[in-house]
Amino acid sequence: MNFPVIVTVTLRPGIADPEGATIERALPALGFTGVTHVRAGKSFAMQIDAPDEVSALEKATALAERLLSNPVIEDASARIAVSPGAST
Amino acid sequence: MIRIGVVVFPGSNCEYDAAAAVSAMGGEADFIWHSETSITGFDGVILPGGFAHGDYLRPGALARFSPVMEAVAAFANEGGPVLGICNGFQVLTEAGLLPGALQKNAGLTFVCEPTTLIVASTRSVLTRAATKGQELVIPINHFSGAYTCDDETLRSLEANDQIALRYKNNPNGSRGDIAGVSNIAGNVVGLMPHPERAMTTLLGSADGRVLLEGFLHSSVAAH
Repeated sequence: MNFPVIVTVTLRPGIADPEGATIERALPALGFTGVTHVRAGKSFAMQIDAPDEVSALEKATALAERLLSNPVIEDASARIAVSPGAST
Repeated sequence: MIRIGVVVFPGSNCEYDAAAAVSAMGGEADFIWHSETSITGFDGVILPGGFAHGDYLRPGALARFSPVMEAVAAFANEGGPVLGICNGFQVLTEAGLLPGALQKNAGLTFVCEPTTLIVASTRSVLTRAATKGQELVIPINHFSGAYTCDDETLRSLEANDQIALRYKNNPNGSRGDIAGVSNIAGNVVGLMPHPERAMTTLLGSADGRVLLEGFLHSSVAAH
């Protein structure tokens, strides 16, 4: 069965995020006030063939830790994407 | 003659500069394509600058899985001298051969300028011919060059004398002004600045020569 999976990679807490900081500084000029703690990251969408959701997420987590993120500075998390027609 | 292998990934672009620098110091340089699985016959290995595999995902993230990297790791584990310059440094950290990581520059600007480095340790194969405290003018040319590591790693880098070079005026937000680090043994070293582009005063600086000289000398000593 194919499961739609989203992997999100963000910088670990405490790691400087110049991209997030720059975005945060730009927001007030555009009228968006009260927005803080902006962190930039990456998102990856994929289909994973697995017998069930749990093993799909295990596979996604493993590949996220091995390739999609650098554990020295980044955290990765995987979730099943909610999409029309997806098996539950 | 000292024979140095220069690893070429798809997207490397400083391999000819590195080879020319080796030749200028009296060595012989040969290219090693990234799909090679063996690197026998070399006295030292250089991972040059550029954008290996397009820097997709993260600089060095895909290059670390190139077949040649297993051979580079084996060579390093046997004590062979390995030097990563700029993108090569990023590849070595991604491969776990050097501690820490290189992040986007503070200020999010691509920095291309001469920088003054201070030799912080002469234990590494790159800095062994230099003098501690010596100032070297070497150009940098990068977007993701901010050296990053956690507190524990920084403490162990200092305790083990692994910080080879520091910036005099931090240009990119690197932690501890770190420009280059080595592994504990000192035979694997990486730096963001480009010593291979500082080989003659005609082009602004010849301060890279003392670094390349140390590296080539290590190659002889290692074999």
